[in-house]
Amino acid sequence: MLELLDNFMIRAALAGIGMALACAPLGCFVVWRRMAYFGDATAHAAILGVCLGLALSLPVTFGILISSVAMALFVAAFQARGYASDTILGVLAHSALAFGLVVAALFQDIRIDLMAYLIGDILTVGRTELVLIWCGAGLVIALLSWRWSPLITATLNHELAVACGVNPGREKLILSLALAIVVAVAIKIVGLLLIAAMLIIPPASARIWANSPEKMAIFAAMLGSVAVLGGLQLSLYFDTPTGPTIICLASTLFVLANLVAGWRVSAS
Amino acid sequence: MALIEAKNLSVKMDNKLVLQPFDFSIDAGEIVTIVGPNGAGKTSFLRALIGAVPLASGQLVTRPGLRIGYVPQKLHIDAGLPLTAERFLNLPQKAEEKLLQETLEFTGISGLLRVQMRDLSGGELQRVLLARALLQNPHILVLDEATRGLDHLAAAAFYQQIERARSKRGCAVLMVSHELHVVMAASDRVVCLNGHICCQGSPEQVAITQEYKALFGDDAYGVMALYRHDHDHHHDHDHQHEHDHQHEHDHSDQAAS
Repeated sequence: MLELLDNFMIRAALAGIGMALACAPLGCFVVWRRMAYFGDATAHAAILGVCLGLALSLPVTFGILISSVAMALFVAAFQARGYASDTILGVLAHSALAFGLVVAALFQDIRIDLMAYLIGDILTVGRTELVLIWCGAGLVIALLSWRWSPLITATLNHELAVACGVNPGREKLILSLALAIVVAVAIKIVGLLLIAAMLIIPPASARIWANSPEKMAIFAAMLGSVAVLGGLQLSLYFDTPTGPTIICLASTLFVLANLVAGWRVSAS
Repeated sequence: MALIEAKNLSVKMDNKLVLQPFDFSIDAGEIVTIVGPNGAGKTSFLRALIGAVPLASGQLVTRPGLRIGYVPQKLHIDAGLPLTAERFLNLPQKAEEKLLQETLEFTGISGLLRVQMRDLSGGELQRVLLARALLQNPHILVLDEATRGLDHLAAAAFYQQIERARSKRGCAVLMVSHELHVVMAASDRVVCLNGHICCQGSPEQVAITQEYKALFGDDAYGVMALYRHDHDHHHDHDHQHEHDHQHEHDHSDQAAS
């Protein structure tokens, strides 16, 4: 059984599915709470996290967790100063990426494979990384299932949540934490430029068919997995970068889902 | 012990004091209505009492184990979130079956369970929101201008339902409202708010205070007329005069400046 893991395609497929399963429920909240830009900013900051990890000889995953948490804190601090959310995120997302690229270039003695972090490198996922990815994904899924209903309540209305004993601040923290883990997990697979796409596109497609929050998350997980498996095969066949190919397939599914839904509406 | 007791509470938003320090408490079974002009801090008042905003000063004491049923002014649901009324009623925890049936019947929303929240009409949404609040088995119902957007008839029916809920469940009611006449008749106590508590007391007491008249002018007069209908008509009439006079005076002031 374990010999299967010697095959790089099997490892890549398993890693991709782990990411898709974690991205689906979190991506739903990103859509419902309009956090798309926040997800993007956190992902972009990850390049700084990578540099931090390398500079301090820490595991890269650890560096990414630190940069993600730092991003959440920065956003909160600037929000408190009265800036509009998308202004702050616009500033932070792009500055984090720019600083990250500059700092990465300063590391002359350590060679950083920049492209691998920007668009992912799923085909080189090793056994240890696979274990890390599944641990991270499992943690995110466990966290979100545990807080599922309180999270939805807090997403609907602040006062409504407080009145029935839900602490919206804590739920927001849990989402930020889950996002940090997902970024750390997904950077190897689709790269930091495309993590937000993996979060948003499957739930956006799933929304068309779902009539409950739970179904939306499950459909998103299925669509995400199809995109990962199909994208892997297509990238081998056409010899294209795998991460972007996965996202291309996910967005093709999004367009198809919309076309079919539109066709069904006009037919009925 | 009071359900909720505020001592010397004040609320700041964006570094601006929206509510000056006030004392307030509400007891079990009491119906208290908050009235006040736009921007008087009515919503902030409610939010402070349910603990949904950080307090600028003072102390909030709630009875241990207090359950609050909150009905928001409006509920914006993102287009991306599919949510049926049934799922909404079971947030954050699954409602107990017997209580659910009872509440569905009471609010008359059994037929709406499978409808998406976004597809409910204004009146239907209000009933679903009330049902969810009642499903918390609350010691106190808190309503923030719950009849906004309803016509007078629907609003009156809604308030009757609140009163029936109170007599059936024995819960206290704390609400903000614009419909002065309906509210005044139904409340045990009225709190008049304008950045601070101007006055409070029974509807009769509050309706004759200067503070109340200064805030509501003609409206207040209308409420009094309705409320005290056949008691002291003459008294009301006098006030009408006084008010008209003041109005003219204001006009000439404006013209002069």
